[in-house]
Amino acid sequence: MEAFLHQVLAGLATGSIYASLALSLVMIYQATHLVNFAQGEMAMFATYFAWSLINAGMPYWPAFFLTVIFAFVLGVVIERTIIRPVENAPVLAVVVVFIALLVILNSVTGWIFSYTIKTFPSPFPEEPIFGRFVTSHQGGAIVITMVVLALLFLFFRFTPLGLAMRAAAQNPESARLVGIRVGWMLALGWGLAAAIGAVAGMMVAPIVYLDPNMMGGILLYAFAAALVGGIDNPAGAVFGGFLVGVLENVLGAFVIGNELKLAVALVLIVGVLVVKPSGFFGKVFVTRV
Amino acid sequence: MTRRQLIAIAVLLLVACVLPQVVSDYRVFQFNLVLVYAIALLGLNMLTGYNGQISLGHGAFYAIGAYCAAILMDKYGVPYWATLPVAAAVCLVAGFLFGLPALRLEGLYLALATFALGVSLPSLLKYHHLEKWTGGVQGIVINKPEPPFGLPLSADHWLYYFTLAVAVLMFLLAWNMLRGRIGRALVAIRDQHIAAEAMGVNTAMVKSLAFGVSAMYTGIAGALGAIAIQYVAPDSFNIFLSLVFLIGIVIGGLASISGAIYGALFIQFVPNIADEISKAAPWAIFGVFLLGFVYLMPMGIAGAVRMGLARLQRKAQNK
Repeated sequence: MEAFLHQVLAGLATGSIYASLALSLVMIYQATHLVNFAQGEMAMFATYFAWSLINAGMPYWPAFFLTVIFAFVLGVVIERTIIRPVENAPVLAVVVVFIALLVILNSVTGWIFSYTIKTFPSPFPEEPIFGRFVTSHQGGAIVITMVVLALLFLFFRFTPLGLAMRAAAQNPESARLVGIRVGWMLALGWGLAAAIGAVAGMMVAPIVYLDPNMMGGILLYAFAAALVGGIDNPAGAVFGGFLVGVLENVLGAFVIGNELKLAVALVLIVGVLVVKPSGFFGKVFVTRV
Repeated sequence: MTRRQLIAIAVLLLVACVLPQVVSDYRVFQFNLVLVYAIALLGLNMLTGYNGQISLGHGAFYAIGAYCAAILMDKYGVPYWATLPVAAAVCLVAGFLFGLPALRLEGLYLALATFALGVSLPSLLKYHHLEKWTGGVQGIVINKPEPPFGLPLSADHWLYYFTLAVAVLMFLLAWNMLRGRIGRALVAIRDQHIAAEAMGVNTAMVKSLAFGVSAMYTGIAGALGAIAIQYVAPDSFNIFLSLVFLIGIVIGGLASISGAIYGALFIQFVPNIADEISKAAPWAIFGVFLLGFVYLMPMGIAGAVRMGLARLQRKAQNK
């Protein structure tokens, strides 16, 4: 029982990281109806940025916030320069652009920082502070995810900019008519998504270590999380993140073994898409022919 | 087929036949891989280029084909040429089966599902209950086939001609399939699937079959690739293999048969040149080329060649 509880809590901790990344996927999906295959690599690149800041002697938290700002700017710049030209292009072109972005970020990181695996510090102390079942990093990751979520909720619910962004995502034409600069709102959405992804990257790096390919599996879990929760529902994505994290850990530890953990994500993704494409909380779309 | 196309193909075949006599053994091996990739790209192009179903996981079918060949040769002593039909059949079935749920997925979602397949494949190949056959992380080493009938050829040369013969056969089959009723049905489904259905095209069947045949092509390529490289291991079939196929068809030219050859040359030789700059350079260059082609030349190299030829022809007529 104790081992089970331990796995569930560890699952919640990694789940919180999947939830963050899933949240950034959902944000971009809501605004543009695109699934960003490069989201993981963007987070990875930002994490490397944090690593070099910390390595240059900067304390953790200033480096953390600087990285979040860097990721935000990176997201805005990528949307404005690379994604903009294919905004209304066919799906294949968009997917190809995302793939291009993925391989460019991956290889440029390898080029600058080399492919050797690096350790990444955790901001939380060694000794457990959240009781004996979770390490303090796991507990800390959950807390940070919750803080990010709360901030996002407050931003979208209570600020004029948040309202404008929601309007631009829901109804671009009308939003444009009332004077909202829809293009910039999309770019801001990309920036926010990249910033959330960066937080996820910095939280997961102490666990999986830093290397250019570290996000491959995590992105897959995040996809699974977003789909399980309903790809257009932010709260659903967070729920999905925790669910996928727990499922992955518990199944991996007790049922199928660690080797097949990734297959859990594959089965979840294909299963949800085939059986219930709107996930648990997503909107059901009916297409008229 | 016009007279000029026939001449071009004859010249191409002649060059392909003479090539091993003028370049080093290592280059012959590389051109062998170009043929292998060309078959794989042709398979993916049927699915993604002609039929519009995006697959980011075709490396999985390549891997299945490769493992079929390796396991049959290593564990059961099957001769290398006999592994190809088996790999083809296994991949046809695997592709068809994956194509059935894929019917319910469109565009982005199919890309997502196949991406998941591509990412999780290496861990499936490492699964310890399959280790008896797959050799786990270590993979399987296979022997290079010797030329038969005491032909005066080196093993590399023989394998090259063998692959060339298979490639010619596969291209011929694809050409026959794509220019006729099936090819038109594929394109119709891609462009207007409702209209295609109204015209009496069995959309579900054609789409799943396209998936199956595409996987079969890629699987045959995988088997040929494994025989050429003489080694299979889970980590050589990671997601980047699937992505390189996508890069190959986009740069070679979507929905074009000749595009498969341009794409294969590109993905085989550009990394060779770029490797001299840095280990990471090939992928950075792939990415930049990919962006460049999507923005500036969405029809790929094949489209550019076609446009260039048309322009030359117009000039000749105006004179």
